[in-house]
Amino acid sequence: MTVDVAVLGAGMHPWGKWGRSFVEYGTAAARAALVDAGVDWRDIGSIVGADTVRGGYPGYVAGATFAKALGWQGARVASVYAACASGAQAIAAARAQILAGLAEVVLVVGADAAPKGFFRPAGGDRPDDPDWLRFRLLGATNPAYFGLYARRRMAVHGDTAEDFAQVKVKNAAMGALNPYARYRKRVTAEEVAASAVVADPLRLLDICATSDGAAALVLSSVGFAHRHGVERPVRIRAVSTVTPRFPNAVLDLPDIATDSAVTVEPAGETFRASIASAAYEEAGIGPEDLSLAEVYDLSTALELQWYEDLGLCGEGEGAKLLREGVTAPGGRIPVNASGGLASFGEAVPAQAIAQVCELTWQLRGTAGDRQIAGARAGITANQGLFGHGSAVVAVR
Amino acid sequence: MPRTRTPAVDGWFGGEGEAFRLLGTRCSSCASVFFPREDAHCRNPHCAGGPLEEVPLSRKGRIWSYTDSRYRPPSPYVSNPELPWEPRALIAVELAAERIVVLGQAAPGITVAELAVGMEVEAVPGVLHEDAETTWTIWHWRPTGVRV
Repeated sequence: MTVDVAVLGAGMHPWGKWGRSFVEYGTAAARAALVDAGVDWRDIGSIVGADTVRGGYPGYVAGATFAKALGWQGARVASVYAACASGAQAIAAARAQILAGLAEVVLVVGADAAPKGFFRPAGGDRPDDPDWLRFRLLGATNPAYFGLYARRRMAVHGDTAEDFAQVKVKNAAMGALNPYARYRKRVTAEEVAASAVVADPLRLLDICATSDGAAALVLSSVGFAHRHGVERPVRIRAVSTVTPRFPNAVLDLPDIATDSAVTVEPAGETFRASIASAAYEEAGIGPEDLSLAEVYDLSTALELQWYEDLGLCGEGEGAKLLREGVTAPGGRIPVNASGGLASFGEAVPAQAIAQVCELTWQLRGTAGDRQIAGARAGITANQGLFGHGSAVVAVR
Repeated sequence: MPRTRTPAVDGWFGGEGEAFRLLGTRCSSCASVFFPREDAHCRNPHCAGGPLEEVPLSRKGRIWSYTDSRYRPPSPYVSNPELPWEPRALIAVELAAERIVVLGQAAPGITVAELAVGMEVEAVPGVLHEDAETTWTIWHWRPTGVRV
C-alpha cells in the first residue's frame, strides 16, 4: 500500500459539441476545481496537463497551455499523452510529485475539442503506425472493434442485443441527472433497438459519441489538506497505469492481430483485468469493498466486459449482474452513476479525470439526485490505445 | 495499359492462388511468431532475441468474431465518395497452430448474415482498391467451401 493523496477540488466544463477551443474548456474546469478546493491558482506548485492534439503537435503543449491561460505563475509543469488513459497518467504524475515531496498541491487538467464523426489517425502516409494501418488496410474504425467484442460476447456468453440496450437505458437514466453530461434524456430499450446499426451487432445508441469536454482536479498531500481545514478529504489510494503482458492474446484497438501465444502461455488474467487487479493490490481493497465504479463504456457491451474484469462477477456473468440490477442505482455496486460515456461522450484527455471527479462528488455525498447512498470507496477503469492501463481507487 | 498489382502493405502476404499466405516472422531463438511481421527485435520479454525469419502463417482458421462498418470509414481508408457505401464485413480469425488472432476484411459479397463464430475461413488474395495505375492488393478471409 502507498500513502494517500487528497482530492481537494474537482471541476468540469459541461460536455457536448460547443465549438470552442480545448484551452477554454480546460481553463473553465481548472478554475472550477480551484474554487472547489478553495486554493488560489498562485499557490499551485505544479500543473499537469493531459494532452490533446493542436496544430500538429500531439501533446507537448497541454500543461503549459493551461498554465498560460490561467496566468504564468512559475509552477512546475508536465504534460502526458497516453491516449484515453492520458487523464489517469496525469493524475499519476501529480500524485508521484506529491508523494515525492516535489509539490504539495497540484492542478490536473484534461480537455478536448473532438473532431466530428469517427476518430481517425493523423494525416499523411504513416505505414509504421498501427493506428494508421488499421484504417488504411481494413477500414477498421473504433466501433468496428466494439462490434467484434460485442459479437464475441454473444457467441461465448449468450449476451443479447437487449442486454446491451439495458446498459444504455441504465446509464442514460443517470446521465439525465448530471448537469455536466452531454445527453440528459432518458432512453428506452425500444429507442436503442430502433437506432441504426453502426457496426454489427451494435447500434448508434450502443456506442458513445465524440464530445468536447474538460475535467480538472486539485490534488494535495493529506497534510496540506488538514492544514487547509479539510479534516476528511476524499483520498486517492491507488492509480494503476500498467501495460499488457506478452502475449496480449485479446485483440486490442488499434491492432490488426494479437500477440501469438505459441511460445509463452498468456497470463491468467487479461490486460483489462490486470489494470483492475493492480489498482486493488495497491489500494489494499477488493471488489467487495466498493460502493461504486465508473467504467469506460465506449460501447454498452464493453461495460459488461468491465464488470467481469473488475471482479464484480465471474467471467460471462456481466449480463446477469446487469439484469439483477446489481449495477443500477440502489444495487450492490452501481456502475456509471455519472451517466458514463454513454451520456458524456468521449473527450479523450478529460475522461479519466472526469471519472475521478464523479468519485469525488459521490464520496463527499454531494452528487445530488444521482448520489449513491453511503458511498465509501470507488474505482475507475479505463484503457488507452497502444497499451495504456488506467484505474484509480478513491476512498473516504 | 493494365494496372500494376501492388501489395497495399509490403511483406505481409504473398503467393498466388492456393499458395497464397499471410507472412509473419519467427524468432530463431524462442520461436515466437509475429504478425504483422516484426523484423527488428523479438518482442517476447523472456527472450534475449535472435534473427527473425519470414514464416508463412496457416492458411485456414476459425472465426473469433466478426462485424462490419455500416458507415463509410474515414481516410486513410480509400473509397469512392461518389458511390454508395457498401458495408464490408470484418473478420477476426484464430489460427490454431500460431495461436494468434488476425483481423481482415471478408471477401467481397460476404455479409455478416453468413458468418458465425467458430466457422472455418481461409486467407485468399483480394483487392483493397484501384486507382489509375495500380491495383492495390490485400488479404481477405473467406468461409471455406465458398468459391468465387
